[in-house]
Amino acid sequence: MPQSAEKVLDHAGLFKEPEYQEIFERKKAQFEGGCGADKVREVADWTRTMEYREINFKREALVINPAKACQPLGAVLCASGFEGTLPYVHGSQGCVAYFRSHFNRHFKEPCSAVSDSMTEDAAVFGGLNNMVDGLANAHALYKPKMIAVSTTCMAEVIGDDLDGFIKIAKQKGSIPEDFRVPFAHTPSFVGSHVTGYDNMLKGFLTSFWDGKTRAETTAPAININGGFDGYCVANNRELKRMMKEMGVEATIISDPSEVFDTPTDGEFRMYAGGTTAAQMEAALDARGTVFMQGISAAKSAEYVEKAGQKAVSLHCPVGVTGTDAFLMAVSELTGQAIPASLELERGRLVDAIADSQAHLHGKRFALFGDPDMLLGLTAFLLELGAEPVHILCTNATKDWTEKINALLAASPFGKDAKAWPGKDLWHLRSLLATEPVDFLIGSSHGKYLERDIGTPLIRIGFPIFDRHHHHRFPIWGYQGGLNVLVKILDKIFDTLDAKTTDSASFDLVR
Amino acid sequence: MSAVLDDKTRNKALINEVLEVYPEKAAKKRAKHLNVYEEGKPDCGVKSNIKSLPGVMTIRGCAYAGSKGVVWGPIKDMVHVSHGPVGCGQYSWATRRNYYNGTTGVDAFGAMQITSDFQEKDIVFGGDKKLDKLVDEITQVFPLAKGISVQSECPIGLIGDDIEAVSKKKSKEVGLPMVPVRCEGFRGVSQSLGHHIANDAIRDWVFDKADYNAPFESTPYDVVLMADYNIGGDAWSSRILLEEMGLRVIGQGTGDATLKEIEMMPRAKLLLLHCYRSMNYIARHVEEKYGVPWFEYNLFGPTKIAESLRGIAAFFDDSIKEKAEQVIAKYTALSQAVIDKYKPRLAGKKVMLYVGGLRPRHVVGAYEDLGMEVCGTGYEFGHGDDYQRTTHYVKDGTLIYDDVTSFELEKFAEKIRPDLMASGVKEKYIFQKMGIPFRQMHSWDYSGPYHGYDGFAIFARDMDMAINSPVWGMTKAPWKK
Repeated sequence: MPQSAEKVLDHAGLFKEPEYQEIFERKKAQFEGGCGADKVREVADWTRTMEYREINFKREALVINPAKACQPLGAVLCASGFEGTLPYVHGSQGCVAYFRSHFNRHFKEPCSAVSDSMTEDAAVFGGLNNMVDGLANAHALYKPKMIAVSTTCMAEVIGDDLDGFIKIAKQKGSIPEDFRVPFAHTPSFVGSHVTGYDNMLKGFLTSFWDGKTRAETTAPAININGGFDGYCVANNRELKRMMKEMGVEATIISDPSEVFDTPTDGEFRMYAGGTTAAQMEAALDARGTVFMQGISAAKSAEYVEKAGQKAVSLHCPVGVTGTDAFLMAVSELTGQAIPASLELERGRLVDAIADSQAHLHGKRFALFGDPDMLLGLTAFLLELGAEPVHILCTNATKDWTEKINALLAASPFGKDAKAWPGKDLWHLRSLLATEPVDFLIGSSHGKYLERDIGTPLIRIGFPIFDRHHHHRFPIWGYQGGLNVLVKILDKIFDTLDAKTTDSASFDLVR
Repeated sequence: MSAVLDDKTRNKALINEVLEVYPEKAAKKRAKHLNVYEEGKPDCGVKSNIKSLPGVMTIRGCAYAGSKGVVWGPIKDMVHVSHGPVGCGQYSWATRRNYYNGTTGVDAFGAMQITSDFQEKDIVFGGDKKLDKLVDEITQVFPLAKGISVQSECPIGLIGDDIEAVSKKKSKEVGLPMVPVRCEGFRGVSQSLGHHIANDAIRDWVFDKADYNAPFESTPYDVVLMADYNIGGDAWSSRILLEEMGLRVIGQGTGDATLKEIEMMPRAKLLLLHCYRSMNYIARHVEEKYGVPWFEYNLFGPTKIAESLRGIAAFFDDSIKEKAEQVIAKYTALSQAVIDKYKPRLAGKKVMLYVGGLRPRHVVGAYEDLGMEVCGTGYEFGHGDDYQRTTHYVKDGTLIYDDVTSFELEKFAEKIRPDLMASGVKEKYIFQKMGIPFRQMHSWDYSGPYHGYDGFAIFARDMDMAINSPVWGMTKAPWKK
């Protein structure tokens, strides 16, 4: 009997015991109807060949393990970053259950969002009644300051009109006439989660700025938007800290850093922190808005410029040159000098890179993730002397492909790299098998590639489900660069140690 | 006695308190889903399986979740296509831990996200052609796949795609079983209709196409263990007991199942049903058409395990009955040691449950084996028959909440202050913030198995570590009164 009260074995140990192994063998041999271990091995080996890669890359309809999610997920994250705001998704209820659990698993935090639970009758007659009741119920129960409405694909396919529905709901008294309801259509069959984020952000900007006259402030005030960022908790705090050092008044537009990081002290805070309505109103007069993930904020940036403001589009600035560019852009917008304290931080990051560069130089990497994140990480790898090889972006845009190619062309360390727009992680599996690299950077979903091919995974991206608290440490700014550097180095050293356990090279000092 | 009366009064007051906050129309509807159980009544006195109210933060999911996420997804040697936009398959990618043995991407396709990733043109022009091509591509990249299921997402039913026609055509062409499932998320009121639709698809596209006249060497002891999704290996820690009592498990489903094992259901002498809610439909069908009886068993905690093993054995001859007694005797020492170790640490602790499927009733016995008491329970997507079956488990005065809203559950917990909240990942972090120990009872909080005697030890350990963690002593800063 493998189990005991003294030493309780759970799944990780229990099923390795002979009693269970015998069951597995018997089940396989007598009842499963499989094709035998030899055949499985033969096919598994074949899936790692160039022949398989060619078949795999001919896929046109079948998508396997994509690194992207759908629009309303992004809308919910964006909406969560405003004070007292309840994300509300018009359409089928299952979607909202998925969005909430997705963020729960990444942040290990509550995620509040409602659905208006449309079913068959709404499919036939439209979801107006759901909106009328839904807004009334959500308002009564959860007492939000704002409700931010986005859509599931069901509502988009049947063509529900959010603007009209919200107005009718107000007329019917579901919510007060002056209650603010920013909204965005977020069809999941267009773009990805980052598109939905952009659409919702534009919905907020439109709600607050449309019809208002802009009078540019003389204060050194700017807006910053982080975009769909799994590290928003720490990154936004780091941005605020750096801006304080510079004497810049920065409004983070959509700031979920509090709501996804509340304390365990006996009280559940459904709402915490977030950009306030007053901040949003004042934000129109700011000197400009910095988009930390510019490719994924294209529509919002365009709107900001139309409103008469300068829009600066960055690409997830990780590392030295990325942070330099960010700080210089802020300095140019505000006229504030970059202080010595930040220059000191810069010097420390450069110092750390210098200390470790011998372990990084020439190491070959594969990366996957969101468009701007990939630009930022690639730039950082290039400045470390590492060599990005496969850069795979399922939710790429044309703009991304041009930008990543330009970035690679500008560095001798980018000469072996190839960008793979629109591909999925099953494509990446073939790439890793046929053109091996030393390390893989990406979300937790990369762990299957690590298992199948053996490429060590450095977890940077979204979602991170199988490691805890990574989102509590920034990846932006010089401090963030240091965190990313250490993540990469730890994996390099762990891999080296594992490789050398039975040799003289198992060094104490590295 | 007075304690029960007090609880009853408090629970009734609590229900009134939460209802007061709703708009009138909604309060009237929610009132039917909340009750205090009165001993001797034939059910729990709540309405169920009714549409969730818009905007209330229901915890429920959808029909797709019930079919792809629960019933079909775990069948390991088939490729399950999330047909429609990318999201549904992405969020349900390996997040339910249906354990299986096999080589992922080669002869098993469980922890994968395989989708037709609909774009705008697919919505406008329909997705049938894409599905047609996608099937060919599956046969090229996954040559060992034993079948394909099409898990419909919302748009499929709205744009008029004919996935049945495509499935019939392609099944012939590629020589693989192909199963279209109409589990669009907008159908029905919860996951539950998805289970039903998924069951019907097994009937129509698996059983009706299988040849049950083909020779098969049966024994009098053939059973199929079904409606166990092998979360953390539950089906395995159940199967070990069935085999030890002399039964031959000719099929397991759908956790760690192959399509061939699913086909075995009509061949069995007895169907053993773990999750009644999600697969009673197919069990009833197999009983009606093939004359195979079914039995709802419960392998949570030694009391219910012994009851169930005896209940199962009663369908067979004396040799099985004897062996069942031997199995119960064999594990008594283990169970007693587990109880001796953990009961002193857990006795008297109050538990609130809010889960799906069978757990709002089935786990009650396991808690009671450890001296704990369930003071509130409810089903995410239960039906009337679930609430009837629940009366065998709960005590007088238990608070009952059907399709509870986040608002209600939070208010109930605030007042009742249970020693343990046992619910899902969406609830976990809310209650932990409130300082209430929590265990996920859908995913076993990534632990498990909890079924069977081996599982009971893990269950007891996990409840102890949740409740008696030192972290709960630190939620208040010492300088604050």
